[in-house]
Amino acid sequence: MRFRHASVLAGLAFAFAAPMALAQGGSMSLPRTVTAGAAFSIPTTGSGKATLYIVGPGQALRRDVQMGEAATFPVGELYNAGHYLAILVGASSTDTDEFDVIPVARPETLGFLAKPSRLPVGLHNGISGAVYVFDAYHNLITAPMPVSFELSVSPGTVQSRTVTTRHGMAWTGMDSAPKEGVAKFVARAGEASSTRVIEEVPGDPCAIVISARPNAGKLEVQTAPVRDCGGNAIPDGTIVTFTETSNGRQTTVDVPLKQGIARVDMPAYKGSKISAASGVVAGNEIRWEGER
Amino acid sequence: MNKGRSLAIAIAVATVVLVAIGTIWPVPSAVAYAGGGNENLLGSASTPEAAVQNLGTQIRLQAWSKAYTSLSNKAEFTEEEFLRDLTGYALSLRTYATLDSFEVQPLHQSANDAEVAMKLRWSSVVGPFEDKRDLHVVKNGDRWAVNWPLVHEQHVPPQVIPVNYLRWDVIYSGSGDDWGTQDVEAPHVRIVDMHPVNRADGAVVMGEILNEDVMPAFVSVRATLLAKDGSPIDSEGSFDMISHTLLPKQVTPFIIHFPGVDLSQVGSIHMEPISVLVSATADPVIEIQNQKFNPAPGASVTGQLSNQSGHTVNVAHVLSTFYDKNGQVVWVAGQYIDRALQPQTPVDFRIPVPEDLAGKISSQRIVVSTYTTASSL
Repeated sequence: MRFRHASVLAGLAFAFAAPMALAQGGSMSLPRTVTAGAAFSIPTTGSGKATLYIVGPGQALRRDVQMGEAATFPVGELYNAGHYLAILVGASSTDTDEFDVIPVARPETLGFLAKPSRLPVGLHNGISGAVYVFDAYHNLITAPMPVSFELSVSPGTVQSRTVTTRHGMAWTGMDSAPKEGVAKFVARAGEASSTRVIEEVPGDPCAIVISARPNAGKLEVQTAPVRDCGGNAIPDGTIVTFTETSNGRQTTVDVPLKQGIARVDMPAYKGSKISAASGVVAGNEIRWEGER
Repeated sequence: MNKGRSLAIAIAVATVVLVAIGTIWPVPSAVAYAGGGNENLLGSASTPEAAVQNLGTQIRLQAWSKAYTSLSNKAEFTEEEFLRDLTGYALSLRTYATLDSFEVQPLHQSANDAEVAMKLRWSSVVGPFEDKRDLHVVKNGDRWAVNWPLVHEQHVPPQVIPVNYLRWDVIYSGSGDDWGTQDVEAPHVRIVDMHPVNRADGAVVMGEILNEDVMPAFVSVRATLLAKDGSPIDSEGSFDMISHTLLPKQVTPFIIHFPGVDLSQVGSIHMEPISVLVSATADPVIEIQNQKFNPAPGASVTGQLSNQSGHTVNVAHVLSTFYDKNGQVVWVAGQYIDRALQPQTPVDFRIPVPEDLAGKISSQRIVVSTYTTASSL
């Protein structure tokens, strides 16, 4: 925005800096809109030499023109979309006019913001996807157009939505699947598409069930396979805290899950109570009465 | 002008005189600590206390050979073992610690032997730690010599311990990626308990933080005390009073001190948990055995750490959360372990608790954070 103002001011400066005592008859005929990157021409009238300035957001062009002929601009010369000021400065006349450069209608790239990259399973509207549609010259295509969003965890588990862009942007929310996995989140507009990867991970453990058995003078305590309430296996590395209490003494150990279960050797005190917890989820408590 | 010149001359003369006195009759301790030998610091070992004093001075000067030579039971172990007993068998806080001071306390004495308690105060990079040895001192002729109670470190028999715990590595997005490409999400952490209290030296904010995610997190907590009008009073971090690396679903306590701040000035507290994805491993597992809360006087929680892995843990930091009968956090305290944790070898710890809080404590929860170098000494 600051640059656009600067450009316009620069154009105005050019206009006012031009000679004020001007011959009459020099003018140009501008198209109202020009597609970004397309070839176009600006016919002029009058005679003599002149200089044509085109000033807009992010671009400024200068052409020496012969009055009475058209100034031509080849493909790719003017590509930044926005509002432009054209100033024709002749030896004795100045003409100014305005026109718009509009984005190419065909989407070329998508700016796709997908958040978060990792979330628990079974969250309603937990995933957000926002798409900005750009043309081949990285202009935001502000004309409404449909954008399709597709979230797939595995073949057959697909959520899809189609949203029409407003001011070049489309947004949607998606649910995370009930089963863990790596989801592909794809956004498409026309021929352009962009893919993001969303990791859908198990939630908190649903229940922790432990058992104990004597092992070489110690007590081998282990959990049953730990799963969330959707039946997904809690990832390996998740910490399970075992606590053994006996006669006012306590033994604790943080054990990571390995192949779905946590296992540890603890002192075999008769009458001891052993429990397990993971995060804020507590499991059952067992009491060790010794071997029978 | 003449007065100024006279004063300058007087100062110069006094300086020369003092330098000369210091050179000719130096203070023995200054000579010793300047590396000029320690003979002057050592008195005659004519009493058990003097013998222990001499030994302490030699340890303080790191004159290991002289200290070892002075022992009466040196035939029972080598100088290397004596050195390792004092500085650690593996790289640990002891390795680079220096003896700051020591205390000698006679316990019992007969004509030919004596019992003397020696309290060694070491300075390490994470603060001081104490080492207490009960020494048996024996009389050899007219001199006394110390029987050093060497602590033999247990060694696990040679064996192979297979370790296949998980390890997480992180690849972040690069500069060449498209705009909008998402980076790996920071781990989701949550403060599950927070409790401010007023102490004599200032306000304290303590609590617990949980890694809710399935990835390891490097966490820290910052607290900002805000006055009743919303203006900040002070902002402090948990520094080392937190276990920074949290594995999935792991909980760590934290405590943040605000020296000189009274809670009555505080209108609200802004808590800022910070988490970053970090490469980590689920190994080593440290078992905390025989935890026992010892009520006042000398309130503390004691126990042993047992390294369940197959490699040496060089530095261990024990953090304990103390709860009242309602499960409310009443205190957080910690202790660094000055010796390395060898595999399967229990090491004692003792975490002191403020006497005024001891009566409120109903239970405790202990976590251990560890540091391991790639190659131990």
